[in-house]
Amino acid sequence: MNRSEAAAAPVAAPVPTAGHAGSPRRDDGALHAMLFAGLVAALLVAPFLAYPVFVMRVMCFALFASAFNLLLGYGGLLSFGHAAYFGLASYVCAFAARSWGVDPVAAILLGTLASAALGAVFGAIAIRRQGIYFAMITLALAQIVYFAALQAPFTGGEDGIQGVPRGRLLGLVDLAPDATLYGLVLVVFVAGLLAIYRIVHSPFGQVLRAIRENESRALSLGYRVDRYRLAVFTMSAALSGLAGATKALVFQLASLTDVHWTMSGEVVLMTLIGGMGTMFGPTVGALVFMALEFYLASIGSWVTVVEGAVFVVCVLAFREGVVGVLARRLGRPL
Amino acid sequence: MHTILGIPTQVLFGQLTLGLINGAFYALLSLGLAVIFGLLNIVNFSHGALYMMGAFAGYLLLNLLGVNYWGALVLGPVIVGAFGMVLERLMISRLYRLDPIYGLLLTFGLALIIQGLFRNAYGVSGLPYAAPPQLTGAVNLGFMVLPIYRGWVIVASLTVCLATWFTIERTSLGATLRAATENPVMVSAFGINVPRLVTLTYGFGVGLAALAGVLAAPIYSVNPNMGSDIIIVVFAVVVIGGMGSILGSVVTGFALGLCEGLTKVVYPQASATVIFVIMIAVLMVKPNGLFGRAA
Repeated sequence: MNRSEAAAAPVAAPVPTAGHAGSPRRDDGALHAMLFAGLVAALLVAPFLAYPVFVMRVMCFALFASAFNLLLGYGGLLSFGHAAYFGLASYVCAFAARSWGVDPVAAILLGTLASAALGAVFGAIAIRRQGIYFAMITLALAQIVYFAALQAPFTGGEDGIQGVPRGRLLGLVDLAPDATLYGLVLVVFVAGLLAIYRIVHSPFGQVLRAIRENESRALSLGYRVDRYRLAVFTMSAALSGLAGATKALVFQLASLTDVHWTMSGEVVLMTLIGGMGTMFGPTVGALVFMALEFYLASIGSWVTVVEGAVFVVCVLAFREGVVGVLARRLGRPL
Repeated sequence: MHTILGIPTQVLFGQLTLGLINGAFYALLSLGLAVIFGLLNIVNFSHGALYMMGAFAGYLLLNLLGVNYWGALVLGPVIVGAFGMVLERLMISRLYRLDPIYGLLLTFGLALIIQGLFRNAYGVSGLPYAAPPQLTGAVNLGFMVLPIYRGWVIVASLTVCLATWFTIERTSLGATLRAATENPVMVSAFGINVPRLVTLTYGFGVGLAALAGVLAAPIYSVNPNMGSDIIIVVFAVVVIGGMGSILGSVVTGFALGLCEGLTKVVYPQASATVIFVIMIAVLMVKPNGLFGRAA
């Protein structure tokens, strides 16, 4: 009764990788630089036009989705448990900032490190299987983190860790006003996105792509496929942690929502809306998702139904995502 | 009072029975997942939601139409299975040529919709469903008192699992099914309507989930969220057992239920996670699962 994942793989069409068909053109870099500049400019203006906390929230989730997409879109691995890394960093950052009173930057780094370590351990276990088994394993592993967060003495159980102080940046700048914190979040977000861009466009990123397209060939060329998979998993977990830790400072809260499987599902949805395997897709997806959530807040519990419906529509009719479609129309990777 | 390793026997056997009951549901659900995965090559994330629908079908049949438990045991799986076949025809069938992760994502979305709709309609507090009068009460087995309904669930689940195993491994219908799993093109060349076989198989797998739901209704209260937690555990069960063998998934389901029950006695804090920890251990030693074939 088994069609093994390896046997099924060649039949199945791969995840669309909009923008990576054909050879990269020399001026793609210039286009991406312009897009990054445009993104930063928009984010500098955004707090004057929209509620700053909302924009910070979008940035945190955009980074989270981009980190998730590093694993799915470029590593070809669908994790259904990324809430574990987002949430763990959120808890560690909140705990460090509140109970130890460490500097906000140190708290964010501690959270990121914790998620990187967890990612290295869980990644080593999960990469033993691929395909849908990988998704199920990551989901089950994340559930361990959820129950740990529910039961551990320092996480505050159902209440979470509330009233996390934003603190003073390197002891100098007070982060309590939204304006100063916005600067920090902007720097974290752009740095995180640039790091992902750098990883994807490095020789390491090329090997990842080769493994995703043809694993046996990459193996026969002498690449240690498992090491590459573990490395990208750990990076993805660390960057998800960076997003989660930053989120804990913005909302001054770490809670069970951050580690619940619904969060893992939401980050998949954001990436799907924006476009898997595109550089800017997850950011667009996070913006669309957050706007949807914001405007739908009034309908309360129907949000789950709408989320599910968006999932179904995206999978059936819109697999490339917003940026994926744009990239195909332009014939350029975005 | 008798004790084993310092644990009162009543407590020990009570928890082990509860574990076996959970195991009965794990077995039915992972069996359905394995049957569906074998032919459709998708992981049915909405399996938990359909299990929940089975419980609600029992509840609604009783309260709206006055159909009793025994009727619901037959009608519930038929209704929910038919609903599943509609889903398969309308949506899931569009994804067979794609990467299997799209099937996972689609059925995840469907699960969110189904759960959300039931949550809106019935809240999350849970609705009571009484066991049928024939199965209430308890028998004293000498070493423990066994509520009759619990014994019934274990027997019913085992019977259905074995019947499924027999149908798939020992009948000509099952042979066709296994052949279609191996090589759908060749089977259709023999004049078998493979798409219809696929739809019926999906309906059957969903029916098993719904049957588990009806069986569960008198034990756990009927709750829109009852499927979402169990499905993650069942995924771990499936990873541990491997989806390659029918008997394997049944044995794994019951055994893991027992492990969970035993953990509740020895170290209750770990009872929610013990199956995930076992999954890690199995992945370290046998990455393809206990009954899985090498990739």
